[in-house]
Amino acid sequence: MPDFEPKIVAFLCNWCSYAGADLAGVSRIQYPTNIRVIKVPCSGRINLLYIIRALQKGVDGILVSGCHPGDCHYISGNLFARRKFALMKKFLEYIGIEPERVQFTWVSAAEGTRFAQVVEKVTNDIRKLGPLKYFRKNDYNDKKCNFSSTSENPNFLSGAVNK
Amino acid sequence: MKSIESEIKDLIKKLFSEKKIEVFIGYENGTLPLRTTPYFVSPNDDLDKLAWNRFCSNNLAVYLPRVVAKKKGGNSCKVGILCKGCDSRSVVGLIKEKQLSRNDVFIIGIVCPGIIDTKKILSEIKSSDIEHIDEDDENIMVKFKDGKKNFRKKDHLYECCINCEFTTPFVYDTLIGDGKSSSNTITSSQKVAEFSAKSRQERWQIFEQELTKCIRCYACRNACPNCYCKECFAEQTKPKWFSVTNDLSDIIFYHIGRIFHQAGRCVDCGACVRACPMDVDLRLFTRMLVDEVKERFGYDPGLNFEEAPPLTTFASDDKQEFITEPS
Ligand code: SF4
Ligand code: SF4
Ligand code: SF4
Repeated sequence: MPDFEPKIVAFLCNWCSYAGADLAGVSRIQYPTNIRVIKVPCSGRINLLYIIRALQKGVDGILVSGCHPGDCHYISGNLFARRKFALMKKFLEYIGIEPERVQFTWVSAAEGTRFAQVVEKVTNDIRKLGPLKYFRKNDYNDKKCNFSSTSENPNFLSGAVNK
Repeated sequence: MKSIESEIKDLIKKLFSEKKIEVFIGYENGTLPLRTTPYFVSPNDDLDKLAWNRFCSNNLAVYLPRVVAKKKGGNSCKVGILCKGCDSRSVVGLIKEKQLSRNDVFIIGIVCPGIIDTKKILSEIKSSDIEHIDEDDENIMVKFKDGKKNFRKKDHLYECCINCEFTTPFVYDTLIGDGKSSSNTITSSQKVAEFSAKSRQERWQIFEQELTKCIRCYACRNACPNCYCKECFAEQTKPKWFSVTNDLSDIIFYHIGRIFHQAGRCVDCGACVRACPMDVDLRLFTRMLVDEVKERFGYDPGLNFEEAPPLTTFASDDKQEFITEPS
């Protein structure tokens, strides 16, 4: 898929990563334009439902970024978040979502360059994966869950998977 | 098992007469053979109906917060409950999450012999043919019109009961049964390891395939003691997380949400799996988080009162191997 440009939602914390992105901007550092930034008060505000909602509604990947551990504006928001992120990452990978689609990182307000590099890497990763072809809301139009189906009829989904 | 049943009844009678409890949550036999149903006993109710057998599968802890809230009418009477090993872990979880206080409940702990999967038996015989059921140490003996059949208990257990390490309740006020203690540590599940070894596509395919069976009845949520939220994300309208449709995408959304909400809380009691009318193998996914939490944070849900649940705390040196570094 040579000219596929992924849509990526970036959840950036207000105090470090958003400011880091700002710094990248005012420093005129070039980075891919695939990300759509959503500012959150703290990386601790991130809920797994935000991530899967975005994937369901049509983005190809997610980047979540907060302050480096120890630098959180709220002291420990990112440390609580780190535990949640670890489980999210493992769980999504376990059920079969590519680990590169959902990435977590830390960027401080002084790290404009790091921000640009991370966005570059995430965009490249997701570009390589191609568009998200499963789980999207409209992927299953032809395959409504069949209320009369039972486990004896395992074939009614065939074709919906990874088409 | 008769004697244990009468032991429980005597104990409840005593608790009622001493006004130690106001209501008791136990089991009675269901209207269908090989099934039981929860029984809420008040002092004047018929205790003879109360049952304890190898089909008492419900995790009764799910009712506790509501029953306790109802009974808190100014007096200090408690709610009594019959708890198997896993149920007692759920009660501990509820206490730690401040849905109950230890003083609200009187726990009759029962050393669990493993619960029998009715569906496994019914895959071999028809429920309508059954005339009489009896049990001894090894077998369930089912008599029907033209003959009888023995079912080895060991071979007909629920999946989560097969390698259960928590058969003896962790907290109780009285313990019934022979308390040979269980090992009480989580060992990682083979099933999860086997699933992880599959390719990514295969894993997603299996996940999706399992969930195509789901009819979104939410029984799995309602049966789970951890799902006490007054307003579940599945029904929230502000924000509305996902739509009420039969689109597989929305069904997957619900399950990712629900299963992840159990991270660090699930006690692997299997109540969600048993509640499912469509036989969705939810345990394949809930169990992964149990193992992961144990491995990463060394936490066993429902096995102590002191340790903070893993997602309500942190360590400054928590592992962060998953963080993306610019390359
Ligand atoms: S998710 Fe299922 S196995 Fe886990 S505690 Fe809830 S009902 Fe029990
Ligand atoms: S699924 Fe989540 S939001 Fe819903 S009741 Fe359970 S824990 Fe609460
Ligand atoms: S109990 Fe089964 S059918 Fe009902 S919502 Fe849960 S998984 Fe779906």
